[in-house]
Amino acid sequence: MKYASQAVAKPYFVAALTLFVAQILFGLIMGLQYVIGDFLFPHIPFNVARMVHTNALIVWLLMGFMGAAYYLVPEEAERELHSPRLALVTFWIFLVAAGLTVIGYLAVPYATLAKLTGNELLPTMGREFLEQPTITKIGIVLVALSLLYNLSLTYLNGRKTAITSVLLFGLWGLALMFLFAFVNPINVVRDKFYWWWVVHLWVEGVWELVLGAILAFVLVKITGVDREVIDKWLYVIVTLTLVSGLIGTGHHYYWIGLPEYWQWLGSLFSALEPLPFFAMVLFAFNMVNRRRRDHPNRAATLWALGTSVMAFLGAGVWGFLHTLAPVNYYTHGTQLTASHGHMAFYGAYVMVVLTILSYAWPQLHGRTAQGNRSQVLEMWGFWLMTVSMVFITLFLTAAGLLQVWLQRMGDTPQPFMAAQEKIALFYWLREGTGVVFLVGLLTYLASFFIGVKGSPAYGEAARS
Amino acid sequence: MASFFSTSAARNMFYGGTLFSVLLFLGVTLHTESVLPQRDQRAQIVANPAIAAGKRIWEENNCIGCHTLLGEGAYFAPELGNVYKRRGPEFIKAWIQSQPTGAPGRRQMPQFHLSERQLDDLVEFLRYVSEIDTAGWPPNIEG
Repeated sequence: MKYASQAVAKPYFVAALTLFVAQILFGLIMGLQYVIGDFLFPHIPFNVARMVHTNALIVWLLMGFMGAAYYLVPEEAERELHSPRLALVTFWIFLVAAGLTVIGYLAVPYATLAKLTGNELLPTMGREFLEQPTITKIGIVLVALSLLYNLSLTYLNGRKTAITSVLLFGLWGLALMFLFAFVNPINVVRDKFYWWWVVHLWVEGVWELVLGAILAFVLVKITGVDREVIDKWLYVIVTLTLVSGLIGTGHHYYWIGLPEYWQWLGSLFSALEPLPFFAMVLFAFNMVNRRRRDHPNRAATLWALGTSVMAFLGAGVWGFLHTLAPVNYYTHGTQLTASHGHMAFYGAYVMVVLTILSYAWPQLHGRTAQGNRSQVLEMWGFWLMTVSMVFITLFLTAAGLLQVWLQRMGDTPQPFMAAQEKIALFYWLREGTGVVFLVGLLTYLASFFIGVKGSPAYGEAARS
Repeated sequence: MASFFSTSAARNMFYGGTLFSVLLFLGVTLHTESVLPQRDQRAQIVANPAIAAGKRIWEENNCIGCHTLLGEGAYFAPELGNVYKRRGPEFIKAWIQSQPTGAPGRRQMPQFHLSERQLDDLVEFLRYVSEIDTAGWPPNIEG
C-alpha cells in the first residue's frame, strides 16, 4: 500500500465477503426448495430466498468493485484519494441501506414492503434483480454519485493511466445504466426492453470494463510486465466487449414482443461476445509467462489466471451455447439460463473481486503477501469453490437439457411441474455440490486468520 | 503486440468502436420504438385500466421471484406469459385463491390475500401479456 487513503478499501472488502456468505447460505436454501418444495415455507418462500441470493450477490460485487476502485485509483493516480472520509461515510450508508433492504425482504411480505416504502409513488419494484424498494434504488444512485465524485477528482488531479481511464469509464457507465431501473412502463414489451439496459449492459457491458481494469492492475503488479503492453491488451479487450456486447443486447430481444430483426442482430453480435473473454485468457497467461518477477503472492496469480479461464467458460462458452436464436427458442428461460448465470457470475465477477482482494489484502496490512500456510488455504478455497461451480454448472446444464426435451421438444410435451419432478436427481446433485462450495468458501475465509504472518514460501518480497 | 500498433491507436479504437456501437444501438432502438405499436398491444393498455392495475399487483407480490413471464424471471414455477391461454381466467383465479396447497414436499405458492377485484385485474394483465406478438414463442402451450 503506497497511500494511506487506500485503506478505505478494507471495510468494503470485509462487507463484500460477509454478504458473499449470506448469498451462499440463501443459495443452499433455494437449492433445497427445488427438491423439498415446502422447506422453510411459509417463513422463507422461494421468491424471498431468491431475492436475498441475487441481491446479496449484486451488492457484494458492487462493494468489491468499490473497494477495488478506492484501492487502485490512488495508487494509479499517484496521490491520496480526494476524500477518504466521504468514502467511509458512503460505505456505511450503502451497508445500512443494503442491510435494511434485506431485513425488509425477510421480515414482511413483499407487498407490505412495497406499501411501506411508497412504491405507488414511483413504482420500480417487482422486477427481476431490481426488487429493491424505490428508496433503496435512490440510495444506490447517491452512493454511486459519491463514489464517482471522489474517484473522478482523484483521477483528474493525478496521473491518468489506461487502467483508471477504463475503470472510470466502466463505473460511470454502471451508474448511468442503473438510471434505467427507474423506467418501468406498463407496456410489458417496453418495460422488458429497457430493463435489459440495466441488466445486460451491466454484466455484458460496463462491468466487463471494471473486470478488465482490475485484472490489468493486478497483472501489472504481480508480473512487472511493461505497462504499455498491458494497456494495449486492455484497450483491445474492452473494445471487443462493447462492440460485441452493445448490439449483443439483442440476444435478449428474441421472444419478448420485439421485431424479428433482433434475432439476426442479437445472434450475430452476441456470437462475438466470447471474443473479449478469450482475449482475456490470452492476456492473463501471456503476461504471467512473460513476468519479470516472481511475486510472492502466488494465490493472487492463481485467482488472476482462474478468473480469465472461468469467465471465458462461463460467460463465453456457456453463453454461446444458447445465444443463437434458433437454439434459444427452445432454451429460453430454462435451467440452461441458470447454468450459464452461475458460472458467468462466478468466473467473471466473483473471481475478479477475489483476485484484487487477494492482492490488496496483504498490502493493506503492510505485507507483500500472506504467509505460506494462509496461501495454501486460500488456494484450497480457490479449487474447492471453482471445481464445485463447474459441477453446479454441469448439473444445471443436464437439468436444462432434460427440461427442454421433456417440456418443449418431445412428442408429448409435459407440464412444467411434471418435467421438474423427472429432473430432481440433478437438483439433488447440484445441492450436494453447493455444500462443497460452502466448504470451499469457509476454507477461503479461514485463510484470512491462519498463518497470515508466516513468510511466503518463495519469491522476492524485498523487490516487489 | 507489434510496435506499429501503439497504445494511442488502441485507445482510439476503443473510443471510436464504442461510439459507433452506441450510435448503432440507439438507431436500431429508435426504429424498434417506431414499429412497436404494431406488436405490443398498447391500445389495450389505454382502453383498459385493469391492465395497469394488474401489472402493479404482479410486481408488488414479486411473482417474477418464482415464475417466468415471456421466459424471463425465476425458473421455479411455470411460465405465465401464456397461462391465460393454457388455463383460462377462472382457473387462474381459483388457483391463486386456493394456495398454498400444503401438499407435503411439494413446491408451495404463498397466499397473497387478493380481493376479487385484484384477481380480475391480474387476470386482465395476464390476458394482455398473452396477446403480445412473441415471434411464436414458447414452442408449445406448456411454456
